[in-house]
Amino acid sequence: MSNPRTFQIQEISAHPGPVPGQGTRREEKVCKYIDVTTCIGCKACEVACVEWNDHPFRETTFNDTYQTMPTTEWNYYNLIKFAEDERDGNLMWLLRKDQCMHCEDPGCLRACPADGAIIKYENGIVDFQQDNCIGCGYCISGCPFDIPKFHPKTNKVYKCTMCSDRVGQGLEPACIKACPTGCLKFGTKSEMVQIAGLRAQQLREVSGFADAGVYDPQSIGGTHVIYVLHDIKRPERYGLPARPVIPPSYTYWKWIAKPVGLWMGLLGIFAVFFHRVFYGPKLPQPEAVDVESGPAEEIEAGRKEKP
Amino acid sequence: MSSPAKDFDENARGEFARFGTTRVHRGELLRHPVYTRFLHWSAAIFFVLSLLTGFAIYTPWLFRWITPLFGGGSRTRLLHPWFGLLFDVFFFFQFLNWVGPMSWGQKDRRWLKKIRSYVTNQERLESEDVGFFNAGQKLYFWLIVLSGILFLVTGVLMWFDDAVPRWIVAVSYVIHDLAALLMFAGFVIHVYEGTAHQPGTFASMINGTVTRTWAWTHHPAWYRTITGQDPRDAYENEKRRLVERERALAELERKEAQRDSL
Repeated sequence: MSNPRTFQIQEISAHPGPVPGQGTRREEKVCKYIDVTTCIGCKACEVACVEWNDHPFRETTFNDTYQTMPTTEWNYYNLIKFAEDERDGNLMWLLRKDQCMHCEDPGCLRACPADGAIIKYENGIVDFQQDNCIGCGYCISGCPFDIPKFHPKTNKVYKCTMCSDRVGQGLEPACIKACPTGCLKFGTKSEMVQIAGLRAQQLREVSGFADAGVYDPQSIGGTHVIYVLHDIKRPERYGLPARPVIPPSYTYWKWIAKPVGLWMGLLGIFAVFFHRVFYGPKLPQPEAVDVESGPAEEIEAGRKEKP
Repeated sequence: MSSPAKDFDENARGEFARFGTTRVHRGELLRHPVYTRFLHWSAAIFFVLSLLTGFAIYTPWLFRWITPLFGGGSRTRLLHPWFGLLFDVFFFFQFLNWVGPMSWGQKDRRWLKKIRSYVTNQERLESEDVGFFNAGQKLYFWLIVLSGILFLVTGVLMWFDDAVPRWIVAVSYVIHDLAALLMFAGFVIHVYEGTAHQPGTFASMINGTVTRTWAWTHHPAWYRTITGQDPRDAYENEKRRLVERERALAELERKEAQRDSL
């Protein structure tokens, strides 16, 4: 949860001199830069995340790796994933900091049916508003990175906020601040993309990783967390989808088929109401007869005959 | 229908009849025994609860006002699958209870061909081959069977969405909603036919009985089966009786007026 009222001031009434900070923001979009090649797996970012978000202690799961637990959790937004791989016949350890990717086209937001439960800010941060969350879990299936997690006690869904409360105050996210190697950086999207490109070039030309590159999947319009990978051709090795997509049904179903269905339901209710008005009830026959005027239907029929 | 299911259904019918009563007054016929009424209303209650909670999940923007009834948005969402499951359970027993009279036949195809005259009330009396249920009711029954299965399968997939691939869950949302729309359409017609359109039908599901008049009007073949009388003859006799009664009353009135004037 964050305060949406964090704006950059443009003008101040009756203020002599320039507005402090005016025009300094060249670009709205923010981005996290993660260089997996210099990550040492110290997990300082995990601790910083838990501390800043004031999350309770969570028991770790040991399954034969150094990984703290199998996946991110509702109170564990940030997780270093340890994967073992081979390079030139030797073991290669892939350490990747896993968290919300803050997609430019967020699958969670597309899938969410609840009004105001997921917000995407101008700066690219995708944030959940648990007050409006109904806990349906659509976002969980909408996310191509398996990030949102259901909290069984509050029946709501949680994920990394990119420390929107810190970013709104001009600070970097907690994980970035904690990183000792500098493999994590935070800044505008264009700057981060530029730095990542330079680093990938260095890896290719100097360090001998011929396939090094930047992970910023365009299939979802890019992400506000980008990775520098040793091998951009096989992101699956790091547990990243090569081409993350959002099922188109989410968009079409939610904005076209669902409203059409509701209108049809409403029309159905009107239809039966006017059916009663037009055709009347089906009474058990024979109805009570009035000897003088005859049965009711004959009156109607007689009226039809005389124009 | 297999024999154990039939035995179970008959046993349940007997057990319910032991502590539930159906009073059949003069001029009435037993239509729905206690067991059937119990199943119908249990299924109905859980269907309406599923419908309300479902609407709240379908479009919270429109139906947010429903959620406080169930303790907020997330609790509404939590209760919805349980309501749905209980609906399916009760409807399963309802299925066993009704699968016999709901069997589709040649006469039902004939009924559907004439549905226009049924809908526009052109026929005051149902055609003589309409039995315990007409083809419209049978259609609604089998529609519920279909959507009940769709609800269950897709609902379970959505319930345990962490064990299922994403695309299957995404498809399940669509199928679940389609099943709901189908069923909602049937439900609107069902409620309308049972209350405003055909007086006497709602009471039959409460009291368990219908008047003989109702029976030969709406379900003539069923009337013939349980009374052994011809529904059309019964109708003509009743019409004659009513006319004679009216005449006699008019005569009486005339005589009284004559006596008063003397």
